Amino acid sequence: MKSKFPMSLHLAISLAWMVIALYLIFLYAPEEMTMGEVQRIFYIHFSLAMTALFAYFFVFLGSIGYLWKRARGADDFAYACAEVGFVYCCGVLVTGPLWAKPVWGIWWTWDARLTSTFILWLLYIAYLMLRAYVSSPGRVESLAAVVGTLGFITSIVDYMAIRWWRTQHPQPVIGGGTDSGLEPSMWVTTFVTWGALLCLFFYLVRLRTAIARTRRAVSIARQQMAA
Amino acid sequence: MKDLRVEWRSREALSAMCVFGILVVFLFNFSFNTGREESLRMLPGLLWIAFAFAGVLGFNRSFAAERENGCIEALTLAPVDAGAIFAGKLLANLVFLGIAEAVVVFACALWYNFSFIPVLVPFCAIVLLGTLGYAALGTIFGAVAANTRMREVMLPVLQFPVAFWILVLASDASADALRGAPAVTIRGGIERVGGVSLVFTVASFLLFEYVLEE
Repeated sequence: MKSKFPMSLHLAISLAWMVIALYLIFLYAPEEMTMGEVQRIFYIHFSLAMTALFAYFFVFLGSIGYLWKRARGADDFAYACAEVGFVYCCGVLVTGPLWAKPVWGIWWTWDARLTSTFILWLLYIAYLMLRAYVSSPGRVESLAAVVGTLGFITSIVDYMAIRWWRTQHPQPVIGGGTDSGLEPSMWVTTFVTWGALLCLFFYLVRLRTAIARTRRAVSIARQQMAA
Repeated sequence: MKDLRVEWRSREALSAMCVFGILVVFLFNFSFNTGREESLRMLPGLLWIAFAFAGVLGFNRSFAAERENGCIEALTLAPVDAGAIFAGKLLANLVFLGIAEAVVVFACALWYNFSFIPVLVPFCAIVLLGTLGYAALGTIFGAVAANTRMREVMLPVLQFPVAFWILVLASDASADALRGAPAVTIRGGIERVGGVSLVFTVASFLLFEYVLEE
């Protein structure tokens, strides 16, 4: 597929956007009052987390698309989103503790959001491991799509259940989030960073999809040569 | 249906599930080495961990057996709905896991001197609903995992993250029931477990045909 939007341009925009985001994070956004410099990791952390969440939704869309239309492209898309989303999710789990330790005094707590992010991470692992281990050729796509769909249902259940669970076990409120009352300049920084990481995400997904397509073309060509 | 009869003749997986469940309780008891009070507090969680592990053992068997002698191809060729195959498998898994659960609960009642009789009705409702969702996921993931290398490893990797909430909500609700919490609290717990279980059961039922097809 020849897209109107060249890959190299996409990469260039992603990188330039990242540079702008970094400028905003470190030089433009004001220092947070209580948390100090550490808070600047929030911009990356939040953007990674939101993208990782959306990525699983894309996995679901690709999976449903495959089951419905049997389109190879949908499966490639789901696989690519899962791989890149997993990397982003790992990023969330790395930047989170780095921020939590100085601010909360602990690396990790089984708080609602942390738990659901961890489950998301496990769901990514389940999906990717399945794709790596399926032994019957030609079955990978539909099996992965089934797991991708059930995984997405899990993340919805997750969203509801975490509220029931937490209302049953009230926990002491730990630390103050920055969610309430962000400075306008902080909002700008947040959204520019998120945009940059989304742009990079789609670049990586396109790259990964292109690789999958090439690989399939090669294997078909090889079969034809053998025949 | 067929599964029940075949399994009943050998009782291979069933006895393995029961023994495994009891072993989990036994190991937990000694690795934590707690007093009676502590143990009773941990009992609901312990029960569900035992159920979960025993279940995974059984679900692995349910499709592995079909795979070994190529029965799965025959099953897919047979003029029955994928839904019917799913229902049959689910029923077999439910019955086996149910028997294993009864054995584990009996062992716990004995070892911890805890009488389940006064709380039997709500407790059974929770176990039944939780097991339904858990077994439904186990049935579909068992079928998925049967297509992979290292399926014994693959099944828990798929099953546990997805079934996480069934287990958490079920052990929460069981804790309320065993503690003798007010009826409203227990009913809320049962509704939550039932709701989540139902969602996963329906989803597994609908997706099952895509697992079977060639």
